[in-house]
Amino acid sequence: MDLDAIISQAETLISQAEQPDQLDAVRVEFLGKKGKLTELLKGLGRLSNEERPAAGQKINQAKQQIQQIIYQKGEALKTAELNAKLASEKIDVTLPGRSIEMGGLHPVTRTIERMENFFSEIGFSVKTGPEVEDGFHNFDALNIPAHHPARADHDTFYFNPNLMLRTQTSGVQIRTMETEQPPLRIISPGRVYRNDYDQTHTPMFHQVEGLMVDKNVNFAELKGILHDFLNHFFERELEVRFRPSYFPFTEPSAEVDVMQENGKWLEVLGCGMVHPNVLRAVNIDPEEYTGFAFGIGVERLTMIRYGVTDLRSFFENDLRFNKQFK
Amino acid sequence: MKFSEKWLREWVNPAVSSDELAHQITMAGLEVDAVEPVAGEFSGVVIGEVVECGQHPDADKLRVTKVNVGEDELLDIVCGAPNCRLGLKVAVAMVGAVLPGNFKIKKAKLRGQPSHGMLCSFSELGLSDDHDGIMELPADAPLGTDIRDYLQLDDVTIEVDLTPNRADCLGIRGLAREVGVLNQADVNEPVIQPVAASIDDKREIVLSAPDACPRYLGRVIKGINPLATTPLWMQEKLRRSGVRSIDPVVDVTNYVLLELGHPMHAFDLAKIEGGINVRLANENETLTLLDGNEVTLKSDTLVIADDNKALAMAGIFGGLDSGVTDESKDIFLESAFFAPLAITGRARQYGLHTDASHRYERGVDPQLQRTAMERATQLLIDIVGGEAGPVVEAVSVQHIPAANQVTLRQRRLSRLLGVEIEAQQVTEILKRLGFDVEVSEQDAQNVWTVSVPAYRFDISIEEDLIEEVARVYGYNNIADQAPVAKLTLGSAVESDVPLNSLKQTMVNLGYQEAITYSFVDPSVQSKLFPQIEGLVLPHPISSDMSVMRVSLLTGLFSAVSYNQKRQQNRIRFFETGLRFIPDQSAENGVRQQMMIAGVIAGTRSGEHWDLGSDSVDFYDIKADVEMLLAKTGRAGEFVFSAAEHSALHPGQTASIHLDGELVGHVGAVHPAFQKDLGLNSRVFAFELLLQPLSSRVLPQAKELSKFPANRRDIALVVDEQIAIGEIMATIEKCSVNQLVGLNLFDIYRGKGVAEGKKSVAVSLILQDATKTLEEQEIQAMVNQIVSVLADKFDASLRE
Repeated sequence: MDLDAIISQAETLISQAEQPDQLDAVRVEFLGKKGKLTELLKGLGRLSNEERPAAGQKINQAKQQIQQIIYQKGEALKTAELNAKLASEKIDVTLPGRSIEMGGLHPVTRTIERMENFFSEIGFSVKTGPEVEDGFHNFDALNIPAHHPARADHDTFYFNPNLMLRTQTSGVQIRTMETEQPPLRIISPGRVYRNDYDQTHTPMFHQVEGLMVDKNVNFAELKGILHDFLNHFFERELEVRFRPSYFPFTEPSAEVDVMQENGKWLEVLGCGMVHPNVLRAVNIDPEEYTGFAFGIGVERLTMIRYGVTDLRSFFENDLRFNKQFK
Repeated sequence: MKFSEKWLREWVNPAVSSDELAHQITMAGLEVDAVEPVAGEFSGVVIGEVVECGQHPDADKLRVTKVNVGEDELLDIVCGAPNCRLGLKVAVAMVGAVLPGNFKIKKAKLRGQPSHGMLCSFSELGLSDDHDGIMELPADAPLGTDIRDYLQLDDVTIEVDLTPNRADCLGIRGLAREVGVLNQADVNEPVIQPVAASIDDKREIVLSAPDACPRYLGRVIKGINPLATTPLWMQEKLRRSGVRSIDPVVDVTNYVLLELGHPMHAFDLAKIEGGINVRLANENETLTLLDGNEVTLKSDTLVIADDNKALAMAGIFGGLDSGVTDESKDIFLESAFFAPLAITGRARQYGLHTDASHRYERGVDPQLQRTAMERATQLLIDIVGGEAGPVVEAVSVQHIPAANQVTLRQRRLSRLLGVEIEAQQVTEILKRLGFDVEVSEQDAQNVWTVSVPAYRFDISIEEDLIEEVARVYGYNNIADQAPVAKLTLGSAVESDVPLNSLKQTMVNLGYQEAITYSFVDPSVQSKLFPQIEGLVLPHPISSDMSVMRVSLLTGLFSAVSYNQKRQQNRIRFFETGLRFIPDQSAENGVRQQMMIAGVIAGTRSGEHWDLGSDSVDFYDIKADVEMLLAKTGRAGEFVFSAAEHSALHPGQTASIHLDGELVGHVGAVHPAFQKDLGLNSRVFAFELLLQPLSSRVLPQAKELSKFPANRRDIALVVDEQIAIGEIMATIEKCSVNQLVGLNLFDIYRGKGVAEGKKSVAVSLILQDATKTLEEQEIQAMVNQIVSVLADKFDASLRE
């Protein structure tokens, strides 16, 4: 049989092979120890010395040609096999993942956390304190003596005349100033309580109070920091006004209103310069140091920020409400 | 405080609109809460006179009238009011008039009789809720005049929410002064002339408690006309100030209260036995108040008494027996200064709050008593007639609050406000406020020595003056500044675990944060925690919010129940906050501890195509707790043990300890409480003290072993009763240093394991830092572990 016929026969068989083992059988048939080309090579010995090199060369060329075809076919078979495997492994990637549902923070916590972030960026530290408070920390040290009308106005939950649920987190300021010396920059978030319950009042709500005491803290700075805070909190330039007001623990005092989208002012916080009696109550010399303080109603800011319309929904813990805050 | 704008403008009339006025006083610190028109919107109502009044032929309750409105023709009007009568001056809605509610008056026939208009009542014009018949106007009311002009109804009631320091503005006089300052406008105080005595009658006055009442003025007025009525102008002013007209004497005292901000009181002279004694009440003395309630007085309460008995609670409320009635002919008028400290808190102690107590608590002008007395006398004599006796004044000068003198330093002013205000402007502002000002200079800085008038007793320190200056200068005219402070690094302690990070862990585990009230229902709490008596609120909002929580779980359970009732079946809530445990050794007798608690109920995962619909169990919530504990870096040191907890299932509850201290519990809600708590499925809960979770260990890196690790699995057969946690802890502690990993991978009961026993399969990972372990070394370690377990738990290797 001549070489061309062998090559052509091999090509036919290779192209017919559909599995790697079939391809291997072809390889054995032509290139194996007893393969057709191997037999031809063995037959070279019968040729003369002159004929042998040329014949050998031809056979080797044929051998390489067949090897090459087998290799290519082998690669094609591997690719086909991989493709078949991949096709069989196809899944629906649009099915939901096997995860747990994400929970969420309470909107009031979100607001408090944002406030903590704003103020800690400019060096305020966060302080907390007890909610069942004594008369000294809730009233006396804040320049609210026993018979001050502000005590009656506060709708305080009393346990006894000297023990109550705190009506503001200002007690934390006193506790801080009792143990730390100026300069002081703190905020104190937390629950506060007033004996009042209707559409716009809940007997428990949250405040964040701030205090800065240093050698030359002034009212213009108080305005600056609060204006900045409100703009950052709402992430837009708000129309804000400072309105004179009265708190026993600050003088001068102000309430701050923001203009709502409905064109009406809404009071969002109270503030002022720390009253000298408050500084004296904690042995800080008001001639040497001045300070400002502010108290922000957390629920009110949260309501504006997230479009909550009923204050009471904050404490009903209706999952349908809470889950809107992810 | 409510007041009529027109009344204010009688005193001071700046050229600003109502809106501007309201804005102005708000920005001066007298916050305007509401501005309401004093009458409904209507037109076409004029004054008329009933000149004929006959019975309607076909209707018992109707009258057929002819009304003169000053025009050529009389109007036929049918009226149903019982007080409609001949000669009455009335308010006539003419044909074409539009009454409140866009009600148009047209020609009509009522039961066959023509009616060309309507006689109006106060309520039909939106003037009051009074429905008793038609308006009766004074006899001199001019016919044909528009009623809006006649009663000056184009007016608004302005309600200001006054801060406690501005008691001086609890009257038109004070408000007018303030508006005058803001507008640099003159205030036209009405001239109040002394009323000369025309009789000699008087009563002696004794001040037995001069510190509480340092000034008391009394005056007898005899022979008043008890049938007199309050003039309409006064009724209207009272009405627009939110005060009901009662009778002329009471109306006059209320009028003076509103006008001057000074409370007055009138007694029936006939009921006063002897003189007046202003004294403290005797303990348990009783007094029947004007509202008919009898109170038992405490000895801290000041009373106005006569020789024999208490007549009135001073500055708070009059007594019924000594009150003026429509039979009183002679009265005794009181105008007194009571010290705020003698009044504060007293009214509330008896559950009272009156216009008088509101003012006396905050303070009235200690120099105003005589003016108020003369004003009231004049008004009374004008309205009810009578003869006035001399004013008797008892005074203890030393107890009258002295006018304050306060110094203001320019440097302090600038330093506190952060703005330089021209000295001249400061002087001007102080003077406009009615203060006497002396300017001097000290260290090249101005110093103002300010004498504050008696009515501004709220001004007592330099800061008060600074606020006054800032307020009038305008807070919003002070430019914002950025605070200046030294940059100092805060102490960020790495081993602190911030609360926010624990909360975030819960959120990542699928929990929604709840905020429940700190006070709970005592009937529920005492069932769940019978061993702790919570702190009781004596005056709660409601009985189910009347005791301070001793655990966060009570509130969380009720949140679960609330949601289950609203078709929410898969629930995961957590909360952080204080619990309140009565404890005499703690500050103020209450241990207030931060807790973190969680509850889960419903399916393990939301409805899912692959995850099945198993309900949660103990090991779900335990895993969540373990995640929290892991934040400390000491997860392995927290010890879970079977435990009992009053609210939880006795067989499915673990206590958690760290260093021998209790951290908290995790478990299933006790089935006995499920119904009481309104829970419709099994609920699992945990509650931990936050403090042990608030710090974490700083990592200390160890050298990694270069040698291979070897795994050996052993299956141990132990008694069913033995807690696997203890087996694992024992293995970890049995001093095989090369044990670097330990995992529980199977628990088996059944064929091949004896009844009452279980087989526990664990894998041991053994590795040495310095060499490859030989087989016999590994076997020796395994043997050591097995032998310790055999000793301690009677454990045997499963064949």
